[in-house]
Amino acid sequence: MAKKQVLVACGAGVATSTVVNGAIEDMAKEHKLSVDLKQIKIAEVESYVDTADLLVTTATIKKEYPFPVINARSFLTGIGMEDTKQEILDELKK
Amino acid sequence: MSDLYFDTPVILLDMDGGSKEEVLRTMAQNLVNNGLVKQSFVEAVIQRENEYATGLPTGDIAVAIPHTDVEHVEQKAISVGILKNPVDFIVMGDDTETVPVKIVFMLAMDEAHSQLKLLQQLMQVFQDQSILNELISASDEKQIKRTMEEKLDALSLKGGEK
Repeated sequence: MAKKQVLVACGAGVATSTVVNGAIEDMAKEHKLSVDLKQIKIAEVESYVDTADLLVTTATIKKEYPFPVINARSFLTGIGMEDTKQEILDELKK
Repeated sequence: MSDLYFDTPVILLDMDGGSKEEVLRTMAQNLVNNGLVKQSFVEAVIQRENEYATGLPTGDIAVAIPHTDVEHVEQKAISVGILKNPVDFIVMGDDTETVPVKIVFMLAMDEAHSQLKLLQQLMQVFQDQSILNELISASDEKQIKRTMEEKLDALSLKGGEK
């Protein structure tokens, strides 16, 4: 299985993406998946359009991308977090 | 990288902000007055909130975590604002919804991609309505400081953490 490139993005790239990045790192470790995680600002997504396999973000996405986008707000509120984790895991295992 | 500042001058009780912008401006200007952020932080944090909203529907007591780019920050800090009446913030990641926010945690972060432990512990606070309830019921700033320090060991660590 090829290593997946996962973008973790928020507006400033300083707060919420740090938390989400940490959560995905732990998840990947737990499931022994090797993931290429990129923590970026949402404005930087464009430069990864050709290489990314998944975008996990806390920001509102209006554009269409050639990869799936998963909303990660649940990592911050705790509400629905298990569902989001499963969704990410399913993508990573594809 | 600087030490994290969290003390009574940046804990604001009974805030009587009529609008989201007013609340953000008051809290941000207070950070400026305390020498923790540059004057440019004020407009930057308001603009960022309009662009990427930070309201979090955490339950009966909802919170918001406004923040902005690192270059506006002089010293890393967390400011807590308890609102007398809830103020509507747009929900993070969902432009179509608002959430009545009772507590605002304004984050002044001076370095990207860091502070994971602090932020994770902060999220633990958001995810626990009983702690949030403790914060809104606090009678003075010191009590809020104590409650937060109990939950965030990064706050009590001298010298900060990476």
